Amino acid sequence: MTQTALTSAPEPGSLPVGPTPAGKRFRGLRRFLAPIRQAHGMPKAMLWTGGIITALLALTAILAPLIAPYSFDAYQSGGHQFPKQGHPSGTHLFGTTVQNFDVLSRVVYGARTALEVMILAVVFSLILGVLLGLLAGYLGGWLDRILVLVMDALFAFPYLLLAIVAGFMLSGIIGGGVVTAALSITIVYIPQYFRVVRSSALSAREQVYVEAARAMGAKPSTIVRKYLFGNVIQSVPVIATMNAGDAISTLAGLGFLGLGIQPTEAAEWGYDLQRAIDDVNSGMWWTALYPGLAIVLAILGFTLLGEGLNDVYNPTIRRRRIIRAVLPVPTARKRLHEAAGNGGGTGSTTGDNGKAGTTSETGTTPEEGDGQ
Amino acid sequence: MSKQSGSLRRYVLTRIGLAVPMVLILLVLVFVLMRVAPGDPISAAQGGHLTPAQLAQKRHQAGFDKPLILQFWEYLRSVLTLNFGTTISDGRSVSSIIVQNGGVTLTLAVGAVVVALGLGVPLGLLAGRYRDSAGDTVTRVFAIVTYATPVFFLGLLAQLLFSSHLGWLPSSGQADTLVQLNVPTKTHILLLDALISGQWDAVWNIFQHYLLPWITLGLLIVGVFIRMIRINLIQTLQGDYVEAARARGIKESDVVVKHAFRNSLVPVVTVLGLQIAMLLGGAVLTEKTFNLSGLGSMLINYINSRDYIAVQGLVTFFALVVVVISMLIDFINALIDPRVRY
Repeated sequence: MTQTALTSAPEPGSLPVGPTPAGKRFRGLRRFLAPIRQAHGMPKAMLWTGGIITALLALTAILAPLIAPYSFDAYQSGGHQFPKQGHPSGTHLFGTTVQNFDVLSRVVYGARTALEVMILAVVFSLILGVLLGLLAGYLGGWLDRILVLVMDALFAFPYLLLAIVAGFMLSGIIGGGVVTAALSITIVYIPQYFRVVRSSALSAREQVYVEAARAMGAKPSTIVRKYLFGNVIQSVPVIATMNAGDAISTLAGLGFLGLGIQPTEAAEWGYDLQRAIDDVNSGMWWTALYPGLAIVLAILGFTLLGEGLNDVYNPTIRRRRIIRAVLPVPTARKRLHEAAGNGGGTGSTTGDNGKAGTTSETGTTPEEGDGQ
Repeated sequence: MSKQSGSLRRYVLTRIGLAVPMVLILLVLVFVLMRVAPGDPISAAQGGHLTPAQLAQKRHQAGFDKPLILQFWEYLRSVLTLNFGTTISDGRSVSSIIVQNGGVTLTLAVGAVVVALGLGVPLGLLAGRYRDSAGDTVTRVFAIVTYATPVFFLGLLAQLLFSSHLGWLPSSGQADTLVQLNVPTKTHILLLDALISGQWDAVWNIFQHYLLPWITLGLLIVGVFIRMIRINLIQTLQGDYVEAARARGIKESDVVVKHAFRNSLVPVVTVLGLQIAMLLGGAVLTEKTFNLSGLGSMLINYINSRDYIAVQGLVTFFALVVVVISMLIDFINALIDPRVRY
């Protein structure tokens, strides 16, 4: 334990020791992942919990047909119609809905819908946001000004309303499906990527190495691709993970308002909750509880993952594991100790307790050296 | 002193000047968004029920046969006169909807903010002060869980527990029907009307109805408050002046309470401003969950009847509210924190 902590600990100004050929090749990736390996305490717990929940969610989504006892839109099986609003029982573990659907099956298939929409929405908004941000930040000029204005307006808009309006209009054009839902969520998140990428592109543009590249006659596309992209992209994973949870929440919100995916096309947790409002008023709990818990778990997974990543990567709140330096004990003192019958107090090397952390919060210094 | 107020006035004027293009862009955005769909709003809303001649007449009435630029001008005018157009499906003016149903949304939002502040400020300060303690961990987990729980699911759970199961609180509506009928309408804000007319039973009834929605919506935004205040306090406590205060030998409790707390609370106002958009979105969902007939419910109703004018008007109003409130927040910020003014 202490041994690994010692070797993986960043020492200001020193690179990881002993680069193997493979290590050299993946140095960028390793440098990127290093803070994750060094995570400890709360961020580590959050990363792990979030990771496990997210993995379970993905598994459920992929294996939905194997896990779910029935199809998401089945109201009968083998000629037997399912009970209407049936209590949880052996044949229907989570009970049945007012439309005779099996709640468990809908919850399981809902994971698939949520994940599909989430991935599409995050990828769409990421591509568009990063692209527009790079363009605006690097090219500047009137394009930048117009884009900033539009993005600010989009950002100021209540995000759910934006998704509602987008969904409302898109469903008029291409109908209500997974892609429609994803697109209406996409528009909400473009501004976030745009802002982050634009501002880092703006500052990266002024760096000496970019100026040098320009002076050597590199084309703008080369500069953007080779020099800006890598610097600008670093904060994106954290935002993307945070947005993933948000996207699931927005999808459920849309579904709850009856504006999301049509119920015949896919199982959607938000829609199921909307159908459960009347059940709740008459005291039925299972139609609301299970889809709701599924939403909470899904969002929780991505949020924990994002929070953990943020804690690990954000230099202003990151705190590193404190590793106490082991100094050679002066011989004279040692003899004194021995004389006092005290067997040397240098055993504990990991000063892992929180109190020690408050005094040394110098995590930023080595990182600034890394960034260049 | 006079110089200071002068800079404040200049700040306010600059800020208003900056808001104008923002509003214009927002209006263009709403206008364009509402016209992305093919066909025109009238046939979308009432295509099935009317003859082509009637349709054409309706279209003409609403001005949808005019060129787009003229339509935009009409739209701008309706916004500037705060009329926001007349709905297609039931012929009400959007402004009258805002007056009559806005009270519910306002009551809901204000109560939620009170809940969020009352809970978020102390929890955030405690979590930041005792960083990495068990309490800090619990508070952070609480913040994340409230953030992860959709407001409508929380609302349904609250209804299940407190209404269906325990029977303590009503589950929907903003008051009993009899109460609603007996309170004379003055401000269109039921709670305020009941207070004005001094009907304490009615006030109590309305309070009971709003309690669950307030808490539900308040918990939606409390997580952000906790997180922001916690991080702010942590960063404030690392400031030089805190270090200096400690070096002068001031008691740690005094350092935290007198020096750090106040400064770490300045951003609360900013956070509140940023949360307004989330609050409005959450209000739509909360209204739907608790069957409150506020602006959010109206918006959803009009969306379901595909009433473009009503949707356009209400969405515009929401957008304006956000812009105006964030402007007011900036003013308050400038007032309490001189560093903001420029």
